[in-house]
Amino acid sequence: MPKTLVLVGTRKGAFLLESDADRRDWALRGPFCEGWPVYHAIHDAVTGTIYAAAASEWHGSAVWRSTDLGATWTLSSEGIAYDESSGRKLSKVSTLAARNGRVLVGVEAPGIFESKDGGETFSLLTTLAGQPGSEAWDDPANQPPGHLGISAIALDKSDDSRFWAIVQGIGLFETTDDGSTWTPRNRGLRADWPRPHEEVGFCVHKVVRSDDTRLFQQNHVGMHRSDDDGHTWTEITEGLPTEFGFAAAAHPHDRDTFYVVPLEPLHGRTMPEGRATVWQTKDAGSSWRPLTKGLPQEDAYLGVLREAMAIDSYDSPGLYFGTSTGQLFASNDEGESWSEIASYLPPISSVEVAVID
Amino acid sequence: MADLHLPGTLTPLFAGLPRRLDVEAATVDDAISELERQWPGLRDRLCEPGNLRTHIHVYVDRERATLATPLEPRSRVDVIAAISGG
Repeated sequence: MPKTLVLVGTRKGAFLLESDADRRDWALRGPFCEGWPVYHAIHDAVTGTIYAAAASEWHGSAVWRSTDLGATWTLSSEGIAYDESSGRKLSKVSTLAARNGRVLVGVEAPGIFESKDGGETFSLLTTLAGQPGSEAWDDPANQPPGHLGISAIALDKSDDSRFWAIVQGIGLFETTDDGSTWTPRNRGLRADWPRPHEEVGFCVHKVVRSDDTRLFQQNHVGMHRSDDDGHTWTEITEGLPTEFGFAAAAHPHDRDTFYVVPLEPLHGRTMPEGRATVWQTKDAGSSWRPLTKGLPQEDAYLGVLREAMAIDSYDSPGLYFGTSTGQLFASNDEGESWSEIASYLPPISSVEVAVID
Repeated sequence: MADLHLPGTLTPLFAGLPRRLDVEAATVDDAISELERQWPGLRDRLCEPGNLRTHIHVYVDRERATLATPLEPRSRVDVIAAISGG
């Protein structure tokens, strides 16, 4: 019977929750990574390795790894640094992506490092240099709170040399030649602020791949869909309670079904009216419906960060989201009903899920 | 031999690393190089390229030090993880 493994990155280390295919009863292990702040923890389906991007205020940034599903851990930062001559400082490793034994690591200041030896050593792949305005990316005055740099990397479903990267507060970029060249993919996005460059200056929070041509995006000012690989975007915010949010997930078997967690857009950044709600579209964003069964509907001022929602690959997919106050919720029926599977974790940065045969 | 004291946050990361050890070194930088030789990867936990990490403070005989600070044969070197919080 398959094992379901939920990987949770928190401000005080990584945690693992394990269940079977029914996804009803969960066993929690952790904290791992010596309590370092973990920004993103992932499972590489090919190698079976767990990777966790962590940044200690004292000891710097590193990628932790476990090849035995969390029983033992080691860390490496070998090669994760900018040349001293560049004047750039690497403050944290923010996001991870892995496929076919290769690990991509998004960092702040913006850049992507890669490992081809299972996380033992790393080398700089790209800084996306030459993009419009990139000379100002390292200016602290231009950095939004959080300072994640490359805040997310989205892989193509089949082409290893193609992926998308979000530069926080700047926009979405695509490479089709394994990071050698990049193209801004922000056409059609809305921005409610002045932008010195036509193609960039958008606050993209989360991008997920739905199928071979479709992407969904939650950004600072709305939900958007692209049916042409990100070349153009159409806003699909109407019907949602707010335009703001971070987390998003795409149904693995239905290209029109997609989930988001709208939040209050100003300082609060919690779920509107204190009601914990995941919103679902089944028609690619033409309409939205709230999913609330089993979620607290009173005095629940919960926040969910950009990597803190995941969906599994079962025929009836399970959904998972973690809050910035340490609650972890799960649904084993595509979001129709929910249960709280951990209540007292540290603030949650990321949630990912793996189905292991 | 300098008398080197390390923070408790380091020891779980490197097998066999003690909290206190004697190091033959002419400067703080040399001492960290000696640690790196015995426990590869340790330098990166204490230093950014060219400098100590922002929140790693080193004291030589109770005086705040840099990588270039010289060590006497009987210097006491304290490496401190310098901030804390919730």
